[in-house]
Amino acid sequence: MNYLAQQPGLRWSTFSAPSRFYALAGLCVPWMWAACVLLAVAGLYVGLFLAPTDATQHDAYRVIFIHVPAALLSMLIYLVMAFWAAWGWIFNARMASMYARALAPTGAVLTFITLWTGSLWGKPTWGTWWVWDARITSYFILLLLYIGYIALTEAIDDVRRSAHAGALLALVGVVNIPIIYFSVRWWNTLHQGQTIKMTGTSMEQTMRLSMWLMMFSFWAYTFAMAFTRSRAIVLEQEADTEWVKALSTEKGFNPAGTKP
Amino acid sequence: MSNVILSVMRRDLLIARRRQVEALLPLGFFVVSAGLFPIGVGPEAHVLRQIAPGVVWVCALLAAMLSVTQMFASDHQDGSLEQMLLAPQPLVGVVLGKVLAHWLSSGLPLVVAAPLLGVLFDMHAGSIAWLAFSLLLGTPILSLLGAVGAALTLGLRSGAALVFLLVLPLTIPALIFGTGAVLAVDGGQSPQAHLSLLGALLIVTALGAPWATASALRISMD
Repeated sequence: MNYLAQQPGLRWSTFSAPSRFYALAGLCVPWMWAACVLLAVAGLYVGLFLAPTDATQHDAYRVIFIHVPAALLSMLIYLVMAFWAAWGWIFNARMASMYARALAPTGAVLTFITLWTGSLWGKPTWGTWWVWDARITSYFILLLLYIGYIALTEAIDDVRRSAHAGALLALVGVVNIPIIYFSVRWWNTLHQGQTIKMTGTSMEQTMRLSMWLMMFSFWAYTFAMAFTRSRAIVLEQEADTEWVKALSTEKGFNPAGTKP
Repeated sequence: MSNVILSVMRRDLLIARRRQVEALLPLGFFVVSAGLFPIGVGPEAHVLRQIAPGVVWVCALLAAMLSVTQMFASDHQDGSLEQMLLAPQPLVGVVLGKVLAHWLSSGLPLVVAAPLLGVLFDMHAGSIAWLAFSLLLGTPILSLLGAVGAALTLGLRSGAALVFLLVLPLTIPALIFGTGAVLAVDGGQSPQAHLSLLGALLIVTALGAPWATASALRISMD
């Protein structure tokens, strides 16, 4: 943590240096995990025990406490990933590119969870595991876009080219996000419309509380995962630098030795 | 700009003509893969008629992705792509010329062969015409998007397989509107809405994809 202390004044770009980001992210990770677990316990308790049973969907609706936060975040993460990837490309900022790359697997997992919980809900409610409905299809495409981004960045060995090519692909994919959002209105489909609107909702209070708790829990999870993964990427890509070598002697391990 | 486009296109078409078998491989793939479906799903005419637009379109997508990796590969290998990047002429023009040549040499043959497949799938004459027309509007989109994927995966070991993964998800709107037009005709409706959207998609792609391809080439050759 002495990397933080060494810095006399903080500028807006202070944490774009991988060494300082590494230290800051390391500080945040335990707190994010704690927030994630506490909020999830509270949210699931409210959602599974306090919230009333739905009149038409019975207890099956309770999957939304996982489904909706995962769906919202998986879409948002793609935008954030594309933003940081583009930032890294335009300003040639390594840390932004690394962070974009760290976000991708979490986004892919959350997209998968969205599809999975959606199909768990669809079976008792619609009577089928899967429907090729517009919004479901869009999420399926979103998952493919994540996989494409991960595959491309992993396939290119050169760090710079990998980051910039990934940024271009992510930006092209961003075109897909509005299609997801508006698909419900474009096509007449099975998927129910939005319940949470900017002006008032049609949801019971405890349900709403649980939803918000779960939302923040997923948010904390995303930060925890992205920080942990970007720390690993920093160590991998900065293995030759002095501060990583100093860190390895300090901690008694050798990240440089794993990759010649 | 139009000089660059035309000269690059003429050059690539000449190369394609000198390697005729290689240029016609996507067409062969298109016919073979579409021809497998009746054998796989059974010869009932009404089933075939129903799946025909989708099958023909999906096979066209795959055939286009198969050939698109060749767009820059040989120029990358012999170093002429580097010269094109260094040249004072705009790179977007080079890309457009290459895309046009790719479409003329491997996209247009698919459009021409599609009616034949339509007959094999027992489609009505009216549907066949609209299928060919939707492919005429759609295949340039495939060449344009494929160029982005080909430029991104330039020189990678797993490039050919990656292009499928990167580009196919992006072509899904084209697939939806292309097959939607034919299905609308089959259902007794006007295909105009789908074709308009497909045309709009072509315009948007033509405006964006060449620039994305040029940037991707610069990233890959950096």
